[in-house]
Amino acid sequence: MAKMTLEELRKLREEKQEALEKRSIEGKDFRIIIGMGTCGIAAGAKETLSTFLSVLDEEKIKHVAITQTGCMGLCYVEPTVEVILPDMPPVIYGKVDADVARKIVKEHILGKRLVTDHMFDRPAADIIKQDGGR
Amino acid sequence: MHIAITDYVLEVVQNAFEANSTETRVVLQETAEAFAVTVTDNGKGMSEEVMKRVLDPFSTEEGKHPHRKVGLGLSFLNQATELAGGELAGGELPLRSEVGVGTTVRFTFDPASIDTPPLGDVVSTFMTLLAHPKAGSLVIERKTETDGYALDRKELIGVLGDLEMSGNLHLLKEYIASQEAALS
Repeated sequence: MAKMTLEELRKLREEKQEALEKRSIEGKDFRIIIGMGTCGIAAGAKETLSTFLSVLDEEKIKHVAITQTGCMGLCYVEPTVEVILPDMPPVIYGKVDADVARKIVKEHILGKRLVTDHMFDRPAADIIKQDGGR
Repeated sequence: MHIAITDYVLEVVQNAFEANSTETRVVLQETAEAFAVTVTDNGKGMSEEVMKRVLDPFSTEEGKHPHRKVGLGLSFLNQATELAGGELAGGELPLRSEVGVGTTVRFTFDPASIDTPPLGDVVSTFMTLLAHPKAGSLVIERKTETDGYALDRKELIGVLGDLEMSGNLHLLKEYIASQEAALS
């Protein structure tokens, strides 16, 4: 691959922008939040992020905001990912490797179906005692 | 534990962002003698007292992680560099820092040591850092003995726009990959 210049990058961006404007199914409220704490990184969150980008690109979806956050408190099921879509409940998925990331794009984002076998949630603060039962 | 040098880079630079650095510089230099990484930030800095505790895995900054009593990033890094004939350097203290001025962390790995971790995925690490919501002004320099490239976040935002959007991020990744592939 030849080394790309900033000018070439600008052109590429403009081309993609045109292609993008022809599509209308996307809203700007799509958001994927990836846990990038020590636990997430060790479990492969970087690969997860990369896979999301490639799959979204393959599916020609450009307007998903991808945000990084720290540890979500679910270190045992890292990499963890929260997916927020306007017409769906916010969901935290755990053990999201490349295959699961692909599945989330196809089923959750495109198909509007939850990927139930990888759903986790924040520790349920509403049903545990404030002192953790001590 | 982490498996790649770039995992440590990611972690140390995240520390800089979390210390509210607005100007961060990362230099990743690869020579026959060493993989050397320097991260300089203008974040809030640390007092000597804090610096002494920085390698203690059971110490973390108050308020950074509520309910949590561990801080593993630098202690993992310290163990890994020691094992692989490198160092986490800053004179007598593991790093240089001054309250209100900023912090510099420098670490090296000996490429000849069998315990040196692989470099890892440079492209996705740099992309992740450039896309970090708290990155501010960030410059990443990648150097080999004869070649190199630099990534300036402000410049890239000028070309690509919002680095949070997946389409832009994907282009950013392609751009970094082309720089990395052309390295000699």
